[in-house]
Amino acid sequence: MISDFLGPAEWEAVRLSVRVSLVATIASLPLGLFVAYALARWRFPGHGLLNGLVLLPLVLPPVVTGYLLLILFGQQGVVGAWLAETFGIVLAFRWTGAAVAAAVMAFPLLVRALRLAIEAVDPGLEEAAATLGASRWRIFWTVTLPLIWPGLLAGIVLAFAKAMGEFGATITFAAAIPGETLTIPSAIYGALQVPGQDGVVLRLAVLSIVIAMAALAVSEVLARRAARQVAGG
Amino acid sequence: MTLEVDLRHRLGDFQLEVAFAAPPGVTALYGPSGAGKTSVVNAVAGLLRPDAGRIAVGGEVLFDRAAGIDVPVRARRMGYVFQDGRLFPHLTVRRNLRYGGGAEGFDAVVSLLGIEGLLDRRPARLSGGEKQRVAIGRALLREPRLLLMDEPLASLDARRKAEILPYLDRLAREVRIPILYVSHAMEEVLRLATTLVMIEAGQLTDSGPIAEVLERHPVPGLVAPEGAITVTGTIRSFDARREAEVLTPLGPLWLAMVNGDVGDTAACLIDPRKVVLVRGEAVSSRNAVEVTVDALRMAGREVTVGLKAGEAQFSARMGIERAKPLDLAPGRRLIAILDPQPLLDGLP
Repeated sequence: MISDFLGPAEWEAVRLSVRVSLVATIASLPLGLFVAYALARWRFPGHGLLNGLVLLPLVLPPVVTGYLLLILFGQQGVVGAWLAETFGIVLAFRWTGAAVAAAVMAFPLLVRALRLAIEAVDPGLEEAAATLGASRWRIFWTVTLPLIWPGLLAGIVLAFAKAMGEFGATITFAAAIPGETLTIPSAIYGALQVPGQDGVVLRLAVLSIVIAMAALAVSEVLARRAARQVAGG
Repeated sequence: MTLEVDLRHRLGDFQLEVAFAAPPGVTALYGPSGAGKTSVVNAVAGLLRPDAGRIAVGGEVLFDRAAGIDVPVRARRMGYVFQDGRLFPHLTVRRNLRYGGGAEGFDAVVSLLGIEGLLDRRPARLSGGEKQRVAIGRALLREPRLLLMDEPLASLDARRKAEILPYLDRLAREVRIPILYVSHAMEEVLRLATTLVMIEAGQLTDSGPIAEVLERHPVPGLVAPEGAITVTGTIRSFDARREAEVLTPLGPLWLAMVNGDVGDTAACLIDPRKVVLVRGEAVSSRNAVEVTVDALRMAGREVTVGLKAGEAQFSARMGIERAKPLDLAPGRRLIAILDPQPLLDGLP
């Protein structure tokens, strides 16, 4: 049905976009949780610096972020060269690179949502769990995580939506190679440059809206269920 | 098993410096708000690391700054009942209770606290008193070697307090571990504690068996009304309203709000201003005692009447207008209707 609606090239862009966004969101989740927890609960030197670094992609022009990624993770880049040499991992101009770009751009939104959720959890509950013999790890899994669940969902959806829409950093760092890094926004932009491609643009735009709405709806339902559970029953 | 505490800690301008021992039974940590009571309890629990000192339970050192010992919170095996309960809002009562372990003794603790009917609810659906009972149960099921209770009743109104106090009474009698009980309410302390630790502005005022400490440091709110006497007796029975019939030297007295069982000792206070004297042979009212006037004393427009009931003596005080119709004179036989205040319970 969808393949009737979309041409093969457009379908490829959609699948690629979803894959890149899912990988970007899921892969950045553990680090996002850790950073958000550290910012919310711990006092340490460099607290402000870490906070600024995390938020940087939100305020920088995306092209600049893409350029910085290229400098760091490009084949000649400091980290990129080491990755290619040691693990044979190449990021620039690959779909993995698009995922890295999307993850970096979505990271501030993810961390902000998680930090707010963690700050809303009464540290007294974690103390109570400790007096009941729970390790830090168990406290996190059985107390903190269930209580931040609605905020976690909101963060995931926000990050996923941001990743789906990411354009500037992706095209700078990973370009727009069909089947490799040509995500929906790049495809729309490309189609806009060619006369007579209005249909492609419209179809991809409609699909973007549908995917975004579906993600929002799912998170809303899950968050409500979680809130109801905490409120009683 | 005894808890030994000796600690010094600085919090801004506030200097905490206390040392005391808490034997098995209830040790009350008593003092005004801001005296540092909670800090002491947190130090014992391991939630606060003192600048210096030593904390040990039954000879096992939990904290010793000089020796570099600091057993982590989770390994201290203490049951901590927080002032605000701190139940996990996303877990049912049953899972809250089981969080610290203790599948063993689960039914016993649940019935001790009367929370059988609450097990499948979540904390949001519990009243304040129910929450505190669950919090106590959760701490007990940890099988602690020490129970810490930080003003467990402070957030409750008088009715809820009355609902929980009997459970605390039972706890104090049935649990064979030291209980460190923080409170700034003397009536709770009197009712529950055997040992008293008084703190003020971070400094230890006194500590020891409660009767000795109170003798050395009388608490202002505790001064009995002038001329009041304390009467003790043995509980003989309870009526349908849970009023207790107590056999006293004055004869059988009925007391409301007494906890305990038949055979236990109960005490009450007889306030001279609340004694009503009437003429007559016999009154069928409860707490009516046949008395003989022993002595009379006038002070301003008030009359104090010394009374004898068998071997026991007490007094009544009233305005002169009320005294006149009684035609008071030594040797006159009257009926005294008493309003005995259960002690350790109804004090101001």
